[in-house]
Amino acid sequence: MIQVNNLTKKYNATTVLNIQELEIPKGQSFGLVGNNGAGKTTFFSLLLDLIEPTSGGIINHNIEVNTSENWKNFTGAFLDESFLIGYLTAEEYFYFIGELRGQNKADVDALLKKYEEFFNNEILNTKKYLRDLSKGNMKKVGIIATLIGNPEVVILDEPFANLDPTTVNRLKKIVKELAENPDVTVLISSHDLIHTVEVCNRIVALNKGEVVKDINTSEETLKELEAFFAV
Amino acid sequence: MIKHFLTLEWKSFVRSASFKTDLAFKIFMALIFLSFAVMFIFMGIGAFYGIKKAGLEPLQTVNKFMIYYLFADMMMRYFFQKIPTLTIRPLLVLPIKKNTIVHFSLGKTILNYFNTTHAFFFIPFSIILLINGYSVLGVITWHLGILTVILFINFLNILINNKDLIFGIVATIVIGLIASQYYKLFDITIYTQPFFQGLYEHVWMVLVPIFALLIIYYFTFNFFKKDLTLDERLHIKKNLAKSNDLTWLNQFGTLGTFLKNDIKLLMRNKRAKTTLYMSFFFLFYGLIFFTQDIYKNSVMQAFAAVFVTGGFLINFGQFVPSWDSSYYQLMMTQSISYKEYLNSKWWLMVIGTAISMLLASFYIYFGWDIYITILAVGIYNIGFNSFLVLFTGAYTRTAIDLESAKGAFGDKKAFNVKTLLFSLPQMIIPILLFGIGLLADNFYIGIALIACFGILGLLFKSRIFLLIEKIFQKEKYNAIVAYKQKN
Repeated sequence: MIQVNNLTKKYNATTVLNIQELEIPKGQSFGLVGNNGAGKTTFFSLLLDLIEPTSGGIINHNIEVNTSENWKNFTGAFLDESFLIGYLTAEEYFYFIGELRGQNKADVDALLKKYEEFFNNEILNTKKYLRDLSKGNMKKVGIIATLIGNPEVVILDEPFANLDPTTVNRLKKIVKELAENPDVTVLISSHDLIHTVEVCNRIVALNKGEVVKDINTSEETLKELEAFFAV
Repeated sequence: MIKHFLTLEWKSFVRSASFKTDLAFKIFMALIFLSFAVMFIFMGIGAFYGIKKAGLEPLQTVNKFMIYYLFADMMMRYFFQKIPTLTIRPLLVLPIKKNTIVHFSLGKTILNYFNTTHAFFFIPFSIILLINGYSVLGVITWHLGILTVILFINFLNILINNKDLIFGIVATIVIGLIASQYYKLFDITIYTQPFFQGLYEHVWMVLVPIFALLIIYYFTFNFFKKDLTLDERLHIKKNLAKSNDLTWLNQFGTLGTFLKNDIKLLMRNKRAKTTLYMSFFFLFYGLIFFTQDIYKNSVMQAFAAVFVTGGFLINFGQFVPSWDSSYYQLMMTQSISYKEYLNSKWWLMVIGTAISMLLASFYIYFGWDIYITILAVGIYNIGFNSFLVLFTGAYTRTAIDLESAKGAFGDKKAFNVKTLLFSLPQMIIPILLFGIGLLADNFYIGIALIACFGILGLLFKSRIFLLIEKIFQKEKYNAIVAYKQKN
């Protein structure tokens, strides 16, 4: 379970995030939607202790993220390309992450085998360093790397962006599978309402740093959201 | 059109990240720049009178060594002058003629500081020549001629940019020439000196370099224009990945994991490779001091030894953890132990220093005393400076662009009071200890003290690592923010 209490983040006088209370129960697939600057990435960065909260805090499975580092053992995240090591090949990168997460080569290989279809033969054995991959392929590597070591919390920022239509559908399948596991909490953010509604069982909309919608996904969710973001 | 280009350039200059530092720092940088300029000017003036005092004809002597000066310039450029191709990418789709773009980007390189710094030497030198009654026309053509040769090198460098083979050949020839000059086998200056002297004596000779410059400009222009598409010249070169598992490092556990990564970091990135080259050059730093008798048995012996053995240590260590800046967020979300992380970097520095100590064995030629100093200081580097360097690194907030060799000279942002605080003792301590030995009139006391300091440092390794870890933890958020700011 992830608990957010009185969380604010200010840059000088500007408040970029202000969440009074938010609870994400274990096993939920949680979607965060909002326009540019709504605070989605800020929220994830706070959850990963990459930036310091101005006030309040986040508790990830009973661990206050900005005081202890133990959440790292069960949390996998991919925010952007700065999570990739450009001078490694995809395999080397996966093994590196694997070793950090206590997985041996065979464990990692088994996982990669499982997601072979998702890679679409564009990632493994290509003799390319990650820095030379296209944006979409980089994203594929980053997403699968978060799954190494069976994390209980998976955080993906804008996972659908830059991916081709086929890969988007494959990714949706992967996220849904993860969401079915009652031990895994999936958090994704997106600009794309349709994708998010499809894979998440709860959706929170942020606007200018505040929670403006908090709905459990149903038939009407998409319409409700589209009405909210309509111009 | 030119006006647009110039405003673009001006903006990129004024808005560059290095200008965004605080005022005090700007003043400091301006002072450094001024002091360099003054130094060059005095070199220009001093060279004339200095040479004259030595009983030689100044212009002829300068011309004699001109060829080596130009060689040195060429080497420096090869390593550090960046060819500004990528900045013109956005211009390609705008309604601008390709010729104009090429002229502009080539013209831009002329204003590079690799060309302009020479002026600080040559202009004062030429003025002094004029004051001393040298022929006005001759001095002008000589000056013009040298300027043209420098520009020639500028364009030559663009042509051979990134062709390691050509550079290797040139470098070998140059080193061969220096060696054969030193051992009086063959003296190239006999052949080149008359050329440079001729620029002064025969006015028409200035046409030779000008003509050469025009030809090379023509070639560079065509070379550039031909490949002015995104999949050729402007394309970021992609190398075929060479996978190497380095599995033998697995036996070292987490340390091995990091070591594997760090070795790949060093082998596969331009910026990191530059560090390796520079470390190699540092190895020869001692030649400046050990070949001259006045430095014999002076504290400078220890000073030189710090750099002979510590080239890699200093160049690499001062940027820990900045080496990992481009994926620092990843590192911060993985459960890594700082201790293992630091340990890996530390071992790399130890290995680098040990190799330097071995390679430096050619200094035995200058006497065992010197090599013993080098060994002792090497131990000191491993056991003491390695930690000081890591402290410097912990306070350094520079995002390193691994793909470009730029910034290898040291980065402005890497300079602050704290890093200075940890940098100075790196040289001062061995100098002092060596000095104690000299005062006691026993060379070996100083040597023993230096080595002892190193061994003592090793004993406190885990304690010191804890301190550095604390800095890492405290500076975590600042580091993430700083590393996000790319140039």
